[in-house]
Amino acid sequence: MRVATWVERTDLQLRGLTPFAFTLLMVLASALPWHLPSFAPVTPAFTAMAIYYWSIYRPDKLPYAATFCLAMLLDLLTGTPLGLSALVYLLVQVILNSQRTFFHGKPFLVVWWGFSLVMPGIALVSWIIASLYFNTLVPPMPFVIQAVLTILLYPLFAVLLSALHRHMMRGI
Amino acid sequence: MRAYRGRALLLALPLKSLIQRFAFALLVGAAITIMILSRAEPRLVDNLRGTVSDAATPILEFFSHPAASFASLVEEVDASLDVHKENARLEEQNAQLRKWQSIAAQISRENEELRRMLHVVPDPESSFITARVISDSGGPFVRTVLINAGAQDNVRKGQAVITSEGLTGRVVSTGRHSARILLLTDLNSRIPVVVESSRERAVLAGNNTPNPRLEFLAVDARVVVGSRIVTSGQGGIFPPGLPVGIVSSVGEERALVQPYVNWDRLEYITVLDYILPGFLPETKRAGRIGELK
Repeated sequence: MRVATWVERTDLQLRGLTPFAFTLLMVLASALPWHLPSFAPVTPAFTAMAIYYWSIYRPDKLPYAATFCLAMLLDLLTGTPLGLSALVYLLVQVILNSQRTFFHGKPFLVVWWGFSLVMPGIALVSWIIASLYFNTLVPPMPFVIQAVLTILLYPLFAVLLSALHRHMMRGI
Repeated sequence: MRAYRGRALLLALPLKSLIQRFAFALLVGAAITIMILSRAEPRLVDNLRGTVSDAATPILEFFSHPAASFASLVEEVDASLDVHKENARLEEQNAQLRKWQSIAAQISRENEELRRMLHVVPDPESSFITARVISDSGGPFVRTVLINAGAQDNVRKGQAVITSEGLTGRVVSTGRHSARILLLTDLNSRIPVVVESSRERAVLAGNNTPNPRLEFLAVDARVVVGSRIVTSGQGGIFPPGLPVGIVSSVGEERALVQPYVNWDRLEYITVLDYILPGFLPETKRAGRIGELK
């Protein structure tokens, strides 16, 4: 067997960072001012889409510690109660880790259906934690709108993500 | 050899999942601890937020331009569809504004004269700086934006933030060259206001929806839909008379306000430096994130 050269190994390692890098990009996207009319009040949960996708297909490349750091950054940048996203996304990941093989080889509609179950869960848990944190009932409507918007946008991101997955993660 | 490796693998796999489970429990514990800590000691988190937003400012600034130009492209297409109608409307508005301008100049002269006659204590001069909005969380939890000016540019906690349309919010935390603005629609925003026509005092309380509530109105307060709401200047942090919005609905128990600011086009904002010297110590000023008043 031929031993991989240093360049090949570095290349593999760098390409292995794709899930982390993409999720980081989604964290930054969540913090950007998208001044679109009727879009600004709630931004879709870009980070949730990335974490869902990679937790199903490449959980080894997005370990709990990485999710934790990315979610912390998201909270710091967007002004969310610090630790909230980390807690929610860790729970999402641990649930998906036990169920992920169910989605393997299934048609896209099944994966989308899975996301449409996970996203309301994220919204509900976030709403409960936020209400406890602020010690008052936070208006639930923005959470509902964000969940619906994110579910509708998921197919678009799934196309992007699976293309990225195919090209960047070949042989890893 | 092969048997040995098999046995090692048998041992290693459960060990790996055990480590993963341990890491998971540790991280969940850390997240909860940090959340409780940030509630109990908001200043620690304020500083961390300042540092992180400072570090992220160049990146967000870089990306906020294309994001904004994408948005303006959509707007451009939208606007070009009825450019004629818009032009006619603007011409009419311009004529009206000219009339108002001459009236305003006249009244302002007269006001100055009267103030001099009455020996009124002058309001402190307020200086201002204008900054660009580089981050708009848009999440369901909070209504805050990040601007690309901070302590270095004399932005300080508590200062009022306005746009050309009206009051927008106030500064809640500052980094060296970035600052976080709590919008007046945020759950934690409380602003002393007054109904312009009847001079009824109230507190404008945000609730994370586009229409904040008027709280602590007198029982017999006369508030009607369309009343103008301006800042009262109580507390000495906001200059009095800044336009805030108009009353959009009056119910049995509450009145809602439609702010003048167009939240969709929050691109540049102005920070007013008005804080009366020695009026309130820095630590007593309202408005940290996650701190209900």
